[in-house]
Amino acid sequence: MAYFQIDKLVKYFGGLAAVNGVSFEVGQGEIFGLIGPNGSGKTTTFNMISGYHRPTSGRVLFQGREIHQLPTHKICHLGIGRTFQVVKPLGRMTVLDNVIAAAYSRTNSHHKAKEEALKTIDFCGLMPVKDVLAKALPIAGRKRLEITRAMATRPELLLLDETAAGLNPSELVEAIDLIRKIRANGTTIVIIEHIMHVIMTISDRIHAINFGQTIAEGTPKEVAANQAVIEAYLGTDYA
Amino acid sequence: MKKSLPPLVFVALLAGLPLIMKDNYYLHLMILFLMWVVIGSAWNLIAGYTGQVSFGDAAFFGCGAYTAGLLATHLGVSTWWGLALGGFTAIAVGLPFGWICFRMRGAYFALATLALNEVLRHGATIAEDFTGGMVGILIMPSFMSKIPYYYIALALAVASLASLQWVVRSKPGYYFVSIREDQDAAESLGVNTHLYKMLSLAYAAFWTGMAGALYMNYMGFIDPNVVFSLHDISIMAILVGIVGGVGTVYGPAVGAFVMVAVQELFRSGFFGLFKWLGAVSGSASLVKVAEVLTQAHVLGFGILVVVVILVLPNGIVGDWPKIRKRVFRLDAGA
Amino acid sequence: MDVFLQTLVAGILKGGLYALIGIGMTLIMGVMGIINLAHGQLMMLAMYVTFVLSTMGVDPYFALLIAMPLLFLLGVAIQKFLLNPLIKADTILPENQVPMTVGIGMVLTEIVRFIFSSDYKYITTTYSNQTFYFGNISFSSALTIAFVIAITFTVAMFFFLIKTDLGRSIRATAQDKDAATLMGVNTGRITVITFGLGSGLVAAAGCLLAPVYYIFPDLGGPFTAKAFIITILGGLGSTVGAIFGGVTLGLAESMGATYFGMEYEDIIGLTIFVLVLLFLPGGFKRLTKI
Repeated sequence: MAYFQIDKLVKYFGGLAAVNGVSFEVGQGEIFGLIGPNGSGKTTTFNMISGYHRPTSGRVLFQGREIHQLPTHKICHLGIGRTFQVVKPLGRMTVLDNVIAAAYSRTNSHHKAKEEALKTIDFCGLMPVKDVLAKALPIAGRKRLEITRAMATRPELLLLDETAAGLNPSELVEAIDLIRKIRANGTTIVIIEHIMHVIMTISDRIHAINFGQTIAEGTPKEVAANQAVIEAYLGTDYA
Repeated sequence: MKKSLPPLVFVALLAGLPLIMKDNYYLHLMILFLMWVVIGSAWNLIAGYTGQVSFGDAAFFGCGAYTAGLLATHLGVSTWWGLALGGFTAIAVGLPFGWICFRMRGAYFALATLALNEVLRHGATIAEDFTGGMVGILIMPSFMSKIPYYYIALALAVASLASLQWVVRSKPGYYFVSIREDQDAAESLGVNTHLYKMLSLAYAAFWTGMAGALYMNYMGFIDPNVVFSLHDISIMAILVGIVGGVGTVYGPAVGAFVMVAVQELFRSGFFGLFKWLGAVSGSASLVKVAEVLTQAHVLGFGILVVVVILVLPNGIVGDWPKIRKRVFRLDAGA
Repeated sequence: MDVFLQTLVAGILKGGLYALIGIGMTLIMGVMGIINLAHGQLMMLAMYVTFVLSTMGVDPYFALLIAMPLLFLLGVAIQKFLLNPLIKADTILPENQVPMTVGIGMVLTEIVRFIFSSDYKYITTTYSNQTFYFGNISFSSALTIAFVIAITFTVAMFFFLIKTDLGRSIRATAQDKDAATLMGVNTGRITVITFGLGSGLVAAAGCLLAPVYYIFPDLGGPFTAKAFIITILGGLGSTVGAIFGGVTLGLAESMGATYFGMEYEDIIGLTIFVLVLLFLPGGFKRLTKI
């Protein structure tokens, strides 16, 4: 039994199939990359895993348990955290309060929540801006806040949706370091990423989809050499 | 502990007030002020903190008032039982209603609260045998003096503010604000947004219902158009919240003071200032001004609504730095 | 059977007017995402315009040509100077605009009360009480004319929204304000025009209603309530929905009045509102998708 598994996941919006029969398995402790061109169904897949969309058919299994009918907040309590591609900071709360709100998912005590939040903020390197309002953060800070907040819910599985987009090269290096640090901490990661250099460096395995369907899966090297993947990204002329 | 000192001093001052202020008229205004502190804070929790704007606070206010009134007329028990039960009646009405409305996002809750109030108002009007219909409910007041009412109102106001303070600093408070800021993000952080919106509604309904029960006891008379009034209760609650400062603990208290004072200012023709001036100077035109002002007090109130929202969108407490800068020419950063 | 048919006819005729009231509200709601709680008050104002003109000998249907542009301009001014500034302000609640419309409604009502007092006014025309018969069913002439004009306006509005560039811009703004802005739509201007249009349409409804209804300052509130019930019935922002919603409310009210009694007329609309909220959240729009 796989640690985390999606099984023939299908999602129709109206008559349009956004995801059409995607399956993959993720092992515990893995960094698993999910790639595909724009509109290929990556974020929709994430939304189904985290309970924002109900799959039209198919299953999502976490530690052997079916979770695709559960509401989002229950999925969070089961230990699946996520970040959003379009960041969703709690704008008029400070960074610390954002993270405290997240830490409350594991405790009812303010004292404990604050302690946990400070620990997570320190771990993710946001200490210098902890008292800044979330809406005042630059984009790199907001992306990092997304990760920090998700981490404060103490996830066993973390879904990262394009956390590297919009970062400059030095910020990219920091982001990669942080993701590695999170994995070293024992968290399994599924990551959507557009920046090839990033996903190829950090992923153990990569799953490529296009038009809602699987086109390749394997190690970064195998996927990068895959004909279908190259076609999907560059068009048939370059293949 | 230092932080809680100013409020404690303030409460002590208010507690001592009846010793100095013997005038029933001002005591009456103070009781209204304290009642509005309760209603305004309750509205502020659901609207200002949770971001679910209620346009039908009168529904809960009326539930509380009618609970007290009906208990007295039908069971013959003291209306003070209403103060114990009024808040719970409001919760009982509010929760099923919230359960339906909160399934949908956007303007639905605001619209539905408006409708709930209208339903209750019509209901109370039609069910004549039960509620007395348009005639309303009249009871004998328990006390001749206003001072006992003053202390009960003060106790309610203090309790509601203290509970608000406690709530917003604990887990539900954080969850309420995160729902206001971004519902999707809140869900991803493990917040059961539906449940917490209901909790927030229950809190608001409870305190507003309590205020309604207090009103029944104090005024001794209610009818559907008084307690289920859109303008005088629901909108007034919103104004108290907005004038004071949405999403601040003490904002509605400030707002309640300002709104009760201003409303009275218009109603009484600037506390009889122009009438007095007219009488003193013997000028007929000043007497005329006084008459016109008193007649147009609702107009003045309406204009005030427009101006306040335009100039102080975040209220006196919320826009305090702005006010300091403009009025006192102090640097907000200093 | 005759009673039923009579009730049906009365309901549909009333529904036509309601559709006209609702369509203005739904436009504003769709484009701005807010409830306009001064909607009925704007109608009340148009009725007083009609009343003043009628004392000068102007026919209510002709007054429509004056009241509509007047209210259009008033609506434009309200949106431009009172509502749009609120969008720019950084506030915790976006709903600040709604209490603002309440304030505007209060000011309108009180100004009218100040000038005309709270007394009921009537406009008596030759056709106010005139009826004609179709079989055993009586048709009020004024209401029938009102129905025809109301439906004409509603249909014209529908085609305006679908066929013209301005109409498309309005619909685009209603669907996604940010996207519309990116596509080069001046959304600030669109909101101003929409509020003007909404006010103009409800003014038309006021003129049409004036010959057959009492005119008094406080009639705004109940009609605001009707307008938002219609909008909820039809689905927020849906034009076709507003027509269905209007006719449904008209029918329900007259059926309620006939079979339950007059005092239930108001509560019927609210009951429908609650039922729709329970069983068809999203209103008729969910069924028609327009």
